[in-house]
Amino acid sequence: MTDISQQRKALIERVLDGAGTASQSERQVAFENIGLAEPVKALIQKVATQATAVTDRDIAAARASGLTEDQIFEIVICAAVGQSTRQYDSARAALDAAISKE
Amino acid sequence: MRLAILDKGHSFGTKALFAFIRLVTRQPTPEIIKLIGYRPDFFGAYMKKVTHEAMRGSSAWSVGDRELMAALVSRVNACEFCIKAHTAVAVRAYGDEPKVAAVLSDLEAAPISEPLRATLRMLGKLTREQTVGADDMRSVLAAGVPPQQIEDALAVCFAFNTINRLAETFAFAVPGPKAFEAGAKFLLAHGYR
Repeated sequence: MTDISQQRKALIERVLDGAGTASQSERQVAFENIGLAEPVKALIQKVATQATAVTDRDIAAARASGLTEDQIFEIVICAAVGQSTRQYDSARAALDAAISKE
Repeated sequence: MRLAILDKGHSFGTKALFAFIRLVTRQPTPEIIKLIGYRPDFFGAYMKKVTHEAMRGSSAWSVGDRELMAALVSRVNACEFCIKAHTAVAVRAYGDEPKVAAVLSDLEAAPISEPLRATLRMLGKLTREQTVGADDMRSVLAAGVPPQQIEDALAVCFAFNTINRLAETFAFAVPGPKAFEAGAKFLLAHGYR
């Protein structure tokens, strides 16, 4: 059996709570995709639900709002990990429910 | 690559490593390597550990099965770089190009086992709809997949839903088939460490 629980926990803790150029709260809201202000809101929404739709203009708008490239790098990573985490948690809960009612 | 730091912002040692890789493979540095190699203490080093465990940790799924899952998730996310990368690894791992092509073009008609088909179907739905329910999991269990193997598949799904989003957001350049062949050879020999 593979077991990514430790590695996954370490990844999430690092990107949310470790040192970064974006603040912890900026990283947290990007991870959750909740409570963001434009233009970052539109970028993060796309990263989470339709990453193929991200354009050069979305990145340029994030830069123009005052974010550095390092900050964009960090919040985009948080958004991607956040969405994958919600998917994974949903599937684990569904599996637990299926097993308990079998 | 949409961020200049991911193209040219690496440390001196990492740049030297990239130059060495280009020399040996005679291919451009893969954009995934540029992403993983940029500030690895923030993301890359951690992501590599997740991905290596998911893709090469001991599992009842073969390496080929897991690479196929990665390719299928990438296809649902329409991530061209990752589709090509993991199709190439799956083809090489199985030694069966038609099987991989069949799964990616028509999962229901592909010549694979029912447990693998049911698992891929569930991963596709999870990736497309962001969520699955208990009935979806009951279908996979009913196809004969033990819970632990479902968890193993979900680990692959987590890794590639993360990477696909980053590849698309940062706009990874998609090289020619020879680069993916070289990449597949490397990933089969060394994994994701």
